[in-house]
Amino acid sequence: MADPSEAKGEGSLRKAFGGVLGVFILLLIGTLAFSIRLFSVIKYESVIHEFDPYFNYRVTQFLTKNGIYDFWNWFDDRTWYPLGRVIGGTVYPGLTLTAGSIWWLLNNLNIPLSVETVCVFTAPIFSANAAWATYLLTKEVKGTGAGLTAAALLAMVPSYISRSVAGSYDNEAVAIFALIFTFYLYIKTLNTGSLFYATLNALSYFYMVCSWGGYTFIINLIPMHVLLCIVTGRYSSRLYIAYAPLVVLGTLLASLVPVVGFNAVMTSEHFASFLVFIILHVVAFVYYIKGILSPKMFKVAMTLVVTIGIAVCSAVLAILIALVASSPTKGWSGRSLSLLDPTYASKYIPIIASVSEHQPPTWPSYFMDINVLAFLVPAGIVACFLPLSDASSFVILYIATSVYFSGVMVRLMLVLAPAACIMSGIALSEAFDAFTRSIKFQLPKLFEASPSDAGDTNRGTQDEPTKVDNNTPTEKTEATVKERPSEKHRKKEKKKLEKGKEIKEKGKENADKVSNKPLNAKKLLVLPLEASAVAILLLIILGAFYVVHCVWAAAEAYSAPSIVLTSHSHDGLHVFDDFREAYAWLKHNTDVDDKVASWWDYGYQTTAMANRTVIVDNNTWNNTHIATVGTAMSSPEKPAWDIFNSLDVKYVLVVFGGLVGYSSDDINKFLWMVRIGGGVFPHIREPDYLRDGQYRIDAHATPTMLNCLMYKLSYYRFVETDGKGFDRVRGTEIGKKHFRLTHFEEVFTTHHWMVRIYKLKSPKNRIRGKSKKKTNPKTTSKINSNKNVKKNPWQ
Amino acid sequence: MAKSSSSDAQALIRSLRSAYAATPTKLKIIDLYVVYAITTAVIQIVYMGIVGSFPFNSFLSGILSCVGTAVLAVCLRIQVNKENKEFKDLSPERAFADFVLCNLVLHLVIMNFLG
Repeated sequence: MADPSEAKGEGSLRKAFGGVLGVFILLLIGTLAFSIRLFSVIKYESVIHEFDPYFNYRVTQFLTKNGIYDFWNWFDDRTWYPLGRVIGGTVYPGLTLTAGSIWWLLNNLNIPLSVETVCVFTAPIFSANAAWATYLLTKEVKGTGAGLTAAALLAMVPSYISRSVAGSYDNEAVAIFALIFTFYLYIKTLNTGSLFYATLNALSYFYMVCSWGGYTFIINLIPMHVLLCIVTGRYSSRLYIAYAPLVVLGTLLASLVPVVGFNAVMTSEHFASFLVFIILHVVAFVYYIKGILSPKMFKVAMTLVVTIGIAVCSAVLAILIALVASSPTKGWSGRSLSLLDPTYASKYIPIIASVSEHQPPTWPSYFMDINVLAFLVPAGIVACFLPLSDASSFVILYIATSVYFSGVMVRLMLVLAPAACIMSGIALSEAFDAFTRSIKFQLPKLFEASPSDAGDTNRGTQDEPTKVDNNTPTEKTEATVKERPSEKHRKKEKKKLEKGKEIKEKGKENADKVSNKPLNAKKLLVLPLEASAVAILLLIILGAFYVVHCVWAAAEAYSAPSIVLTSHSHDGLHVFDDFREAYAWLKHNTDVDDKVASWWDYGYQTTAMANRTVIVDNNTWNNTHIATVGTAMSSPEKPAWDIFNSLDVKYVLVVFGGLVGYSSDDINKFLWMVRIGGGVFPHIREPDYLRDGQYRIDAHATPTMLNCLMYKLSYYRFVETDGKGFDRVRGTEIGKKHFRLTHFEEVFTTHHWMVRIYKLKSPKNRIRGKSKKKTNPKTTSKINSNKNVKKNPWQ
Repeated sequence: MAKSSSSDAQALIRSLRSAYAATPTKLKIIDLYVVYAITTAVIQIVYMGIVGSFPFNSFLSGILSCVGTAVLAVCLRIQVNKENKEFKDLSPERAFADFVLCNLVLHLVIMNFLG
């Protein structure tokens, strides 16, 4: 046997080396997370992507220029004309305040980065932070090895990359970090029972509320977990310390954020936390009484309390149900309701149904977004049950709920990603542990000539990995006994990937019998040497596949800025920069106070880049206003002109992809204009635009379709491009080819005809001659009826 | 039946009282503080019932400050209680320091929200 002090010295040296290695690995993981998101900066340029980030960028610009008080009280009159928008009260300030403070700090350190650069690179920095937070969280659940694996997986998972590339300056970039960090602090409080971590937990929850509307996931998941712990008999005082201060402090902090305000106590999304708060107090009280009373007295107390309690509870419940049932949506907001009942949005709120991110995902999108993790997750779930602790039950609940929600909305695949990474990290780490232990245990046997049974046992105990040293023999027996069925289960999972497993299974059973004989006190799960080596190799190859897929997804699929498009053809790379061309034209050729009308997708970009007032934008808070624009786009020219004129609109912007084959253009979005407009103004009827249940723009289209404003503005002079008017997106020639515009005039079309800008023609002058006949009442009345009566554009 | 239940109730109350009298004085002080905080909260609710709930943020911050200090005091009691096996290596000074810190954060938020 080795000298115990020498072993201790060796052990501490190994621990120190392990610690340094761990820090180094974490640094590398952070660098990896940062650099894998830089593809779009390399391939295109350092530019803000998509639509929503432009709004955040504009708000950050305002913040850095005018300071925080003006930002808090900002009323924006350049959007939603003529209504305006209270920015201070309707935006989640976390992201803009974070980027603003980073910019301010760097500028005070004399590092003069522009606001745009800071905005573009905020997301990669916070994804590195999120990877480190995942390491901390998984370390609390299972240990350092699982933590490092989970962090490495999260750094690269495509689902998270898609919303946090350099340039995607959106709420989720910061919110996912806040989510994971809040969960870590909750688990840490649960494990240690320290009030200090409970305070930090509440502050981190506050940061999450500031950042994203998805904070309701936290404030519903944690109560669910507390309830689960109570129901499964895992109540402890640490649970009380972890949960009760969080509810009180968390509700207060959430009410501080203007967007949430009193919703923190009045909407149904928060009621779960209050209910569990009360239940927790009741349970805590019961445990306390149980502690100080004798069992007989406790029974008496119970019967007394139960009879009174049931009466009181049913009364309170009845009142509550009456209150909640009186409101039509039972107190839930539209978005939350559409999560619980996936068909709700399509029936009642077409705006929510029309956003492409709110559609349910298809099966391939799971493999695209979390790849290998999709089938490592079940192994991780099994590993979490052995042994089941508070922390691992939390992670199991997290993955179960996030899988459900990701099935409702594609956008919520993002919430699934950290859970999947944690589970897969646990699974991979446990697998590696088992294999390396087997190899380590059997390697000396390979070099020894003829090992005796006792010597074998001794060496086996010496060569054990450090984490096993502290366990008592009985614990290890239980652990290994429980591990065996999971090993079998996990082995069965990998059967689908690897071939020739039958031999290995038989070999494993033999090894079990062999290993059982020499070990009397400690039972170790030992797999045959060759099987373990091959299995480790195969796991590494699996990891390699995952890395290759993630890099490909980041480079090809998720790095498109969507404001600049490219296409490869036989004569090289074509770049379509039409959007910025159109916004620049607007900025330079129109008055500052001109109003621009377009479909709501382009609102944020128009205000940010062209700096012109828009009618509707991506915030979509006012359905009637959007329906007005939709009605105008679906009506013939004169009524559309009337509607736009009543809104003081000067320019109309239309996106058209027929010349180059850009399929996200306004004609493809037209069905939503009709539906949303028809939802508010009944004279727009969807069947008027459909031929055989389809929207068509060719010769078989309905006359309503061929006369509507969207058709005319998209296809005006289109026939001049190729003589036949062949629409590349719809794949047909257009129906009406030669027509003139009576109320609009074309002022600008971009290079590839992707954005077309029209100006409203001023109304015709009244003819002076007829005013002389004012004295004649008959003709005056006729003149009045002809010229001065404006038709109501809403009918 | 009623007599047995009332005598049961009396026996229950007696045993509760005797068991509670055995708790150390430190914990009884904390319990008193919790009762005081809850009473203040009840008084505020009654006041709101009389006067109406405008301004709502003041009412909310008042109620939640009472409930918050009560909850934190209960957490302190859990951590300081010698019978609690889980916290035997947590010094009462550290527990009190955590309690003070959490109260500081709570009251900072309250002052901000009070309006």
